Amino acid sequence: MPSSDVVVQIDQLSKVFRVGFWGKRVTAVDQLSLSVRQGEVFGFLGPNGAGKTTTIKMLMGLIYPTSGRASILGHPIGDPASKAKLGFLPESPYFYDYLTSHEFLNFYGHLFGLWGASLDTRVDELLELVGMTHARDLQLRKFSKGMLQRVGIAQALINDPELVVLDEPMSGLDPVGRKEVRDLIFRLKESGKTVMFSSHILHDAELLCDRVAMIMKGKLVACGQVSDLIERGATHEVEMVVDRLSPEGLAQLRLLASKVVLQGERVMVVLASQQSVDEALDVIRAAKAKLVSLTPHKASLEDLFIREVRGGQPAAEVHV
Amino acid sequence: MKVLSIALNTFRENLRDKLLYNLLVFALLMIGSSLLLMRLTLGEFHRLLLDVGLGSINIFGVLIAIFVGIGLVNKEIEKKTIYTIVSKPVARYQFLVGKYLGLTITLFVNTLIMAGGLLLVLVAQEVPIDGMLFKALGLIFIEFMVITAVALLCSTFTSATLSAIFTLAAYVIGHLTADLKTFGAKMGEGGQMLLNGLYYVLPNLERFNLKGHVIHHLEVSGSDLLLIVAYGLIYVTFLLVSASIIFQRRDFR
Repeated sequence: MPSSDVVVQIDQLSKVFRVGFWGKRVTAVDQLSLSVRQGEVFGFLGPNGAGKTTTIKMLMGLIYPTSGRASILGHPIGDPASKAKLGFLPESPYFYDYLTSHEFLNFYGHLFGLWGASLDTRVDELLELVGMTHARDLQLRKFSKGMLQRVGIAQALINDPELVVLDEPMSGLDPVGRKEVRDLIFRLKESGKTVMFSSHILHDAELLCDRVAMIMKGKLVACGQVSDLIERGATHEVEMVVDRLSPEGLAQLRLLASKVVLQGERVMVVLASQQSVDEALDVIRAAKAKLVSLTPHKASLEDLFIREVRGGQPAAEVHV
Repeated sequence: MKVLSIALNTFRENLRDKLLYNLLVFALLMIGSSLLLMRLTLGEFHRLLLDVGLGSINIFGVLIAIFVGIGLVNKEIEKKTIYTIVSKPVARYQFLVGKYLGLTITLFVNTLIMAGGLLLVLVAQEVPIDGMLFKALGLIFIEFMVITAVALLCSTFTSATLSAIFTLAAYVIGHLTADLKTFGAKMGEGGQMLLNGLYYVLPNLERFNLKGHVIHHLEVSGSDLLLIVAYGLIYVTFLLVSASIIFQRRDFR
């Protein structure tokens, strides 16, 4: 049973599309189960075509699941009661070209039954929040991609939602734009909102997310706190660069190293784990060689991601 | 209120679209050009003015209905704007009806402008204007409503290009349905059933054509007029309900 602090609950959700003339069945999302908790920033990660957008569209009531269930804020997906407390920004949307950002946000306010002075105040607040006050009366067709994205986020916040769902909010933005979106997500979290966003830019996810889920070919491959996922099965490689190493010393290091690269006088040694660092240092000292550098490799979400993509096998799941 | 909001938004979007002005300018040019044609004709130029004027209003209104109508839904899906609307507490049928009303308001304003142009020409040429002209214009507008609904229905299940072709076909066949029946009578039983079926299913757009009445000063009874208007509105309702049912089941991929 979902507990009260669960905002999004997905149970065994699947979507099978029929494509082409013969209606070939393609499974976009396969028995996906996960939950998003109140107040967290939840990253929904996976390579292109993994089924992230399909899952989000199912949650938003844009496509119908083939099987399985999901609920948002305790209401089944598509229910007007859940939509009222929801904000959504689709991936690279193009809004009504001929509306000004002010008219545009007013229109979305009307869809929530907001009118009059309170809506005007809300629109101005949002334009300020996303830093678009200067473009209040500019038509959207004159906007850059970054500006559209910011107005899009404002649109998703018009009803002061409890849950904000952003599909690839950073895609197509320059570094400055990405930082702005990141800051906005942080601010949403600070104001107590739950944010769920999909991305294939892992650096952003690592910076922002409390928890992440990783899906591949429609299946969940990992889900948990970012730090746990990074630790799990991550390699803690250490890279050492040594000068003037004797042939005996080199032979001994070869036994400890997972990789040895010779560059003239210089030797680069990669140790598979930190445990063998002391032993390697002993060898270097005994051989009277010179240690140039010792660099521990920090594992990142990207390592995990690449491992999963290359491995293709669903990893053991960590549910935290 | 949500429907109205979507309708007004659509109307505003249409107003700022250049396509509309291009078509409108062409329509007014066509109406104006009847003045030139008039000089080439011997006598009966009143008939010609009315014929070309009403014909232009009809053709250009239908073009606007088709080309703006097919984009109403397709464009929203392609540009993903519909994602932001359907994910808000708005039912899909409200979205469709709002879009439909928005284009209907646009067409209404356009019809007024084109009718204004025609009236100017008629007044300038001292052509007597009678009530039948306004009845004819009213029915032309009802025809636009039907065509818009056909375009909207098509665009809920197929691409913009196919929608345009289907709607144009419905417009042409809709003016020839009487021929379908006549043709059917000369065929075997199977063919007759098929063509009779088409006759009843397709909109009978010739019903909305009072051009002949205007030109030849014929009368239409009030009850007949009411029946024609009711036919148009019921047909529109039928199309919108069908469109809503299809739209409700659709996945926005």
